[in-house]
Amino acid sequence: MDLYPLFNSLRIAAISTALIFFLGIAAAYYVAKLPRLVKGVLDVVLTLPLVLPPTVVGYFLLRLLGPKRPIGLWFLAVLDARLTMVWYSAIFASAVVAFPLMYRTARGAFESFDHNLAHAGRTLGKSNTWIFWRVMMPCCKQGILAGTVLAFARALGEYGATAMIAGYTPGKTATISTTVYQLWRTGDDEGAMMWVLINLAISAVVLLAVNMLEKKQGRPLPRAAAVSGEVE
Amino acid sequence: MALQVDIHKDFGKFRLNVAFESENGQVTGLLGASGCGKSLTLKCIAGIEKPDRGRIVLDGKVLFDAEQHINLPPQKRRVGYLFQNYALFPNMTVVQNIAVGVRDKARRKETVARLVSSFWLEGQEHKRPGQLSGGQQQRVALARILASEPEVLLLDEPFSALDSYLKWQVELELSDLLSSFPGPVLFVTHNRDEVQRLCKAVCVLDNGRSQPMLPVKELFEAPRTLSACLLSGCKNVSRAREAADGKVEALDWGVTLDPGQPLPEGLSHIGVRAHYIKPVEGPGPNRLPCKVERVVENVFSTVVMLSTPGGNQGFSRLRIELEKERWTPLAGKDPLWLELAPRDILLLTC
Repeated sequence: MDLYPLFNSLRIAAISTALIFFLGIAAAYYVAKLPRLVKGVLDVVLTLPLVLPPTVVGYFLLRLLGPKRPIGLWFLAVLDARLTMVWYSAIFASAVVAFPLMYRTARGAFESFDHNLAHAGRTLGKSNTWIFWRVMMPCCKQGILAGTVLAFARALGEYGATAMIAGYTPGKTATISTTVYQLWRTGDDEGAMMWVLINLAISAVVLLAVNMLEKKQGRPLPRAAAVSGEVE
Repeated sequence: MALQVDIHKDFGKFRLNVAFESENGQVTGLLGASGCGKSLTLKCIAGIEKPDRGRIVLDGKVLFDAEQHINLPPQKRRVGYLFQNYALFPNMTVVQNIAVGVRDKARRKETVARLVSSFWLEGQEHKRPGQLSGGQQQRVALARILASEPEVLLLDEPFSALDSYLKWQVELELSDLLSSFPGPVLFVTHNRDEVQRLCKAVCVLDNGRSQPMLPVKELFEAPRTLSACLLSGCKNVSRAREAADGKVEALDWGVTLDPGQPLPEGLSHIGVRAHYIKPVEGPGPNRLPCKVERVVENVFSTVVMLSTPGGNQGFSRLRIELEKERWTPLAGKDPLWLELAPRDILLLTC
């Protein structure tokens, strides 16, 4: 049996999650600091892909990156690379669709962060960068991890926008979700069922991980006996 | 003059106008009800909030000056800020928290070790803040602040997060620490007893406005404004206006009194402390007939609420406090005559 769709799906989900991880955290961090009106508008724009039908996202992506559009033309001319109907096209689709999950969870974590901790760091002479990496991120770790896992799960299950921008070419752009549709459409019920089961298993594991992360968050801080290190 | 503060900030509904000076080695209390701008004042001094106008100078170094566009970041102000919840980093151990404060990296280890021992934190070095008691957390926070060698200490309600049985011990410890700190110390609280015990001078904040600094003794013996009087714990106040012959008419109590002292400009209220009011036999100067409304038994004393000739609502009521055995023979008298002696009358402006 050809496992290419599994490999392709995992690689697309992993790359887009890595992208969203940094973009989502940066957006959450900076949007929280903006004046209220700008914040409200940006918040809507950044969350929109969560509620839009994936086909609408796919349509926008095609308008933006298609081979006859400025960006698509530029990539074709300068880098000799197509942005649509190749395996990495699906990265754009799943990144856009899964981005709001990362952004919103990270923002929730940052909002419940006690800002006096940051103020304390500043009065003690520490830079904002130090405070972000050494205090804010560790304190928001659970929320950010949960957001990452959710984003990964969503990216893995992306179908609508992916089908539009990457299409279905066996061994090239096929992902688990597009394969299920293709096999079912061509009457290969058994094959479709197999990919459905694989997908179910992966999703169950991911959700289990999210639940475990959330439970851990409610528990008191771990006993410190094992922890003994100096700050560098 | 070690710390000079003169700042203004406009929030629309709320306006902060605070001006005071605090000497080196002196603990200055900022006393005010909650929401009056005490913590905001500390945040402006620390550089966390930016005032609209004004100037903050610490030992000749300008921290903030709106006109000269000087606004040093918190990192460069050398201000030690003890937050209400101590703001210890929950992801770090005690020694890691203290080490954050040390600016001189070469001497980090010895500084941390010295502070751990002088704040009685031996044995707690590798615990996280969540595993410490409130008193220990405060000691870690103070050690971390002192590690950063601040030139001024700002203490924001340092006892509010502590259980009452811990408070007394922690207050004694803090008092020792404060007496050895060379720079100025600002102590924010809404508790007059803490001011009395820990501070030398006090600045009363009323709805964002600071009043002139007073020695602590003066706040309790001779408050000059209504808000200072109320904050110092005086429960009996009445609106007042000047009457003939230097007398003063207590509008809420329905009586004219001889204060035996010149009236201040802009007199608006008078006050009398509960335990200075004397029950007496029959009428006379500075006496008024009252009716007992309610008797509350404390452990060692009796508090009596009375209505005055002025009525039985709000400020019209008087409240007196007597030892139990002094109250027993007085119970049941109607009317009960009270005397407000001239030297006990506080003349207040708004």
